[in-house]
Amino acid sequence: MNLSMRWLKEFVTLDEMPIRDFTEAMTMSGSKVEGWEVEGSEIENVIAGKVLSLDKHPDSDHLWITQIAVGSGEPVQIVTGAQNLKVGDVVPVAMNNSSLPGGKKIKKGKLRGVESNGMLCSLGELELTKHDFPYAIEDGIFVLQEDCQLGQPICEALGFNDTKVEFEITSNRPDCFSVIGLAREAAATFDKPLNLHKPVVKAGNGSCKELLDVKVEDTDLCPIYSARVVKNVRVKPSPRWMRERLRAMGVRPINNIVDITNYVMLEYGQPMHSFDIRFIDEGKIRVRRAKDGESITTLDGVERKLTSKNLVIADARKPIAIAGVMGGEYSGIMDDTTAIVFESACFNGASVRTTARDQGMRTDASSRYEKGLDPNNCLPALERACELVELLDAGDVLDDVILDNHSSSERRRIRLDVDWINRFLDLNLNADQMKAILTKLDCEFDGDDILVPTFRPDLEHKADIAEEIARFYGYNKIPGTSLSGGAQGKYSPRQKFNRVINDTMLALGASEIMTYSFISPKYYDKIRMPADSPLRKSLIISNPLGEDSSIMRTTALPSMLEVLSRNYNNRNADACLFELASEYIPTTEDELPTEKTNLIAGMYGNQADYFTAKGMAEQLLERLSVYDYEIEASSEEASFHPGRCAVLRIDGYRLGVIGEIHPKVAENYGIDERIYCFTLDVDLLFQYAKTEKTYVPLPKFPAVTRDLALICDDSIPVLTLEKAIVRGAGNLLENIKLFDVYKGEQIEAGKKSVAFSIVLRSLNDTLTEDRVSGIIKKTIKELEKVGANLRS
Amino acid sequence: MKQELEAIRDRARRELEEAKGQQVLENLRIKYLGKKGELTSILKQMGGLSADERPKIGQLANEIRSFIEEDLVKRATEIKEEEMQKRLEKEKIDVTLPGTRRELGAKHPLSIELDAIKEIFVGMGFEIVEGPEVEYDYYNFEALNIPKDHPARDTQDTFYINDKILLRTQTSPVQVRVMEKQKPPIRIISPGRVYRSDAVDATHSPVFHQIEGLVVDKGITFADLKGTLETFVKRMYGEDSVVRFRPHHFPFTEPSAEVDVQCFNCHGEGCRLCKGEGWIEILGCGMVHPKVLSNCGIDPEVYSGFALGMGLERVVMRKYNIDDLRLFYENDVRFLKQF
Repeated sequence: MNLSMRWLKEFVTLDEMPIRDFTEAMTMSGSKVEGWEVEGSEIENVIAGKVLSLDKHPDSDHLWITQIAVGSGEPVQIVTGAQNLKVGDVVPVAMNNSSLPGGKKIKKGKLRGVESNGMLCSLGELELTKHDFPYAIEDGIFVLQEDCQLGQPICEALGFNDTKVEFEITSNRPDCFSVIGLAREAAATFDKPLNLHKPVVKAGNGSCKELLDVKVEDTDLCPIYSARVVKNVRVKPSPRWMRERLRAMGVRPINNIVDITNYVMLEYGQPMHSFDIRFIDEGKIRVRRAKDGESITTLDGVERKLTSKNLVIADARKPIAIAGVMGGEYSGIMDDTTAIVFESACFNGASVRTTARDQGMRTDASSRYEKGLDPNNCLPALERACELVELLDAGDVLDDVILDNHSSSERRRIRLDVDWINRFLDLNLNADQMKAILTKLDCEFDGDDILVPTFRPDLEHKADIAEEIARFYGYNKIPGTSLSGGAQGKYSPRQKFNRVINDTMLALGASEIMTYSFISPKYYDKIRMPADSPLRKSLIISNPLGEDSSIMRTTALPSMLEVLSRNYNNRNADACLFELASEYIPTTEDELPTEKTNLIAGMYGNQADYFTAKGMAEQLLERLSVYDYEIEASSEEASFHPGRCAVLRIDGYRLGVIGEIHPKVAENYGIDERIYCFTLDVDLLFQYAKTEKTYVPLPKFPAVTRDLALICDDSIPVLTLEKAIVRGAGNLLENIKLFDVYKGEQIEAGKKSVAFSIVLRSLNDTLTEDRVSGIIKKTIKELEKVGANLRS
Repeated sequence: MKQELEAIRDRARRELEEAKGQQVLENLRIKYLGKKGELTSILKQMGGLSADERPKIGQLANEIRSFIEEDLVKRATEIKEEEMQKRLEKEKIDVTLPGTRRELGAKHPLSIELDAIKEIFVGMGFEIVEGPEVEYDYYNFEALNIPKDHPARDTQDTFYINDKILLRTQTSPVQVRVMEKQKPPIRIISPGRVYRSDAVDATHSPVFHQIEGLVVDKGITFADLKGTLETFVKRMYGEDSVVRFRPHHFPFTEPSAEVDVQCFNCHGEGCRLCKGEGWIEILGCGMVHPKVLSNCGIDPEVYSGFALGMGLERVVMRKYNIDDLRLFYENDVRFLKQF
């Protein structure tokens, strides 16, 4: 919301103060200033001058050489290309070394050999439009019709002496979307009186009751509707003072009637509407819900279908405006308009909000109504509009106000609980001090009860009163105290667990990523998810930003691949990444989904291979003390290479998957490298991780190491051999280390040689040679059972 | 014999001095002192000496033996030293060659700062509570004093799953859930992802992170809110940070405030970083609205509390001078490795 300082000062006398002091104090009392701008501050050394002579440029058929009187001193010669000048015109003259809006600098120079000591300005060059000075033309020099002296700075001559201050108004304070509302805040902030003026309408041109009949049919959505009629409307530009104020508030002047409605809206915060009475059928105004199937073409020329959710202003037959949002195309003011109806009404905020949203048109009026306006503001605003009509001689106001009022003017009562407020704020004020603050805000008192003004619906509870006291006492004058009571801060076991995972992954060389939780349903195809996979059933966002982010992911794999792909395309030679990613598994329609945390890691480049990924997963599992998992080859995972993928299980649950991404998937992501990924279900990990650890004494007796070189079918997984060794060696087995797998020369085709180092140790004694060979014999027997023989 | 012995001594000394390498030395030891060595063979001839001479020659022979032994030890030490020197010289490397590196993972900058913020609050006695991202409308809005059609819903453009379920627009629903379950005293922060339907650009993202805090107990005052947040800001931005509390409006707190910290760059003068204001807004806060407390089954006549909330991305962007929010979610390793 922009505020004209000049307008503000009509209602509150502020001593001369630097604008920064004003904005700072307003900000600190709760009306946050976003910025300010002194009008014309960019204009420098531009003055009013008079054309003394006009001569054709000898070397041009369109340039003119002018001599300009600029008050004191010699006339100035300026060459111009404009064709609208005549001798005697007063024009804005940008002198040598002057500045114009937008940072444009003007210096003297020569135009086709003739000296030009400045520039004559158009409206546009001063950042003005025809609306600001309706008598001027836009393509040509701005010929002033203002009362000014030659040599006078142009800002002074055009009335550029206002300062616009931009406020951020919070949604609870619709009353502050007005000059009067902000004036009230300013008066309270600077402890000055607020000088409001009561509008006076002379009228005396006969009653309007014959012409107009108003009835509110849906009083739930329209607590008050008031209207007055103006005859003999004289449409013309508004006076300069009004245009200047509108301009400072960021509103374009149009004509006196439109400007009056805008002026009143800005001053009172009450949207106004004017109808041409010719287009109100039978002079009947009905405020009612639209009938299904009704439609209206609004002022912006769009035909809009209405439903019974939309409140409209209708005449005897049809809607003529969408209540609180926009008027119909025939309701506006035209050149031949002679009689108008001014409407000042209050509509239900929620209803206006829904309608504006459904119709896709938020207007100045609707954004005010949405926040909830004060019904008691309607009549003063209507009176003010009519007062302005008379002041501007814009028409003849008829007698009587047409009013259908179902609102209450009663003030809400809140008990002033001085002790509670003092305790709540940690202050020590007495009742009188509090009342003094509240009085400045137009509160009245009845004993201990505060009578809240009706324009402050946000004041409902004693906490709201506490805020008003705190704002004007000064938030920053209230001390800061430390919390008492010995609370213990802590992380939950699960939070600590997640952090261990994070830290371990970082230590293993993976970098942490964060990805969006929503994806496109097409991404499931991209990762070759089977058509019948239950994971295809995702939560669907009903109003997504786009298809790419329209469902909540049930797997984080596409997100990881997306990031790997982006890195690959950005020519990063390698990447090793992980995310503790949320996945969202739908339950029933009415219930929240299950949010699972999955660890996903992905990598390419840097000599990564399947075993890099597997090693990383194994080390993480070891760090988390998750041991009892099973691993088996799987060719069923559609996203993965069928020969390079393993599924991990624990206690029958699927713990995760490790593998090389299927080349087709890699291709879908445009990655021309092998990609390796693994996922681990963190919820399961947490369940199976051993968090309590106990010390195991260091061994006192030496270990014995035996190497076994075996021959077996190539198809037998090493894990099968390891399991046989575990069975054979029993509880003295301390460690198995695979140190060689060999295929090729000296090995029969279809076979492989596998070599293990087996470490045996007893905790109670030194192992004798006999015992060791006994164990090795048993081990070899177990190995033979699975098809592996000692290599001779 | 005496001359012979002395000749052996001189020869041994000479040869020892010239000896190079441990093996040569060992050969010399055998040559002179071994069972078949020169000294031994001479001593074998002692039988032919007179009783007079025998002790003298014997003594001399012993002297020569220990003399050679000493020389051997001495020379052995020298040779060891020489060999060590040689080895060290041979092993000289270019110490400026690059070190062998292990890949180190980089923590995401949002994680780094989130952990730092958590740490500060844990230090002040807060617990960390997390909750669902897909949330009921009730917890996200209604319980927080934002009924349907409340204008505040406009500023939080919401992704809906259906009429009742949405993607949370703030982490406050976690606080409601805690208040429903746990009786005061409550002292928690709830960090996490939140969602708003903002199109992606340099300063907007439909997914971002918030950290919200809640304290509820008997006798919690606005001064407690101020003191707690002042402490937080000083821990976060340095002990000399200047903080101000500015009135604001949130539907779920009353009174409400925004907290500004004086611009680190210009110290309040106004500069580009703070857009000329001299202050940078860092968080929103306020005393929990009595309606919110009673919605959660806590008697506002007995208990009071305060709440606070801040956006993580903005904190991190400011800290590292990051000008584009999209970088956080693009996860380019060249970006990630900078923190």
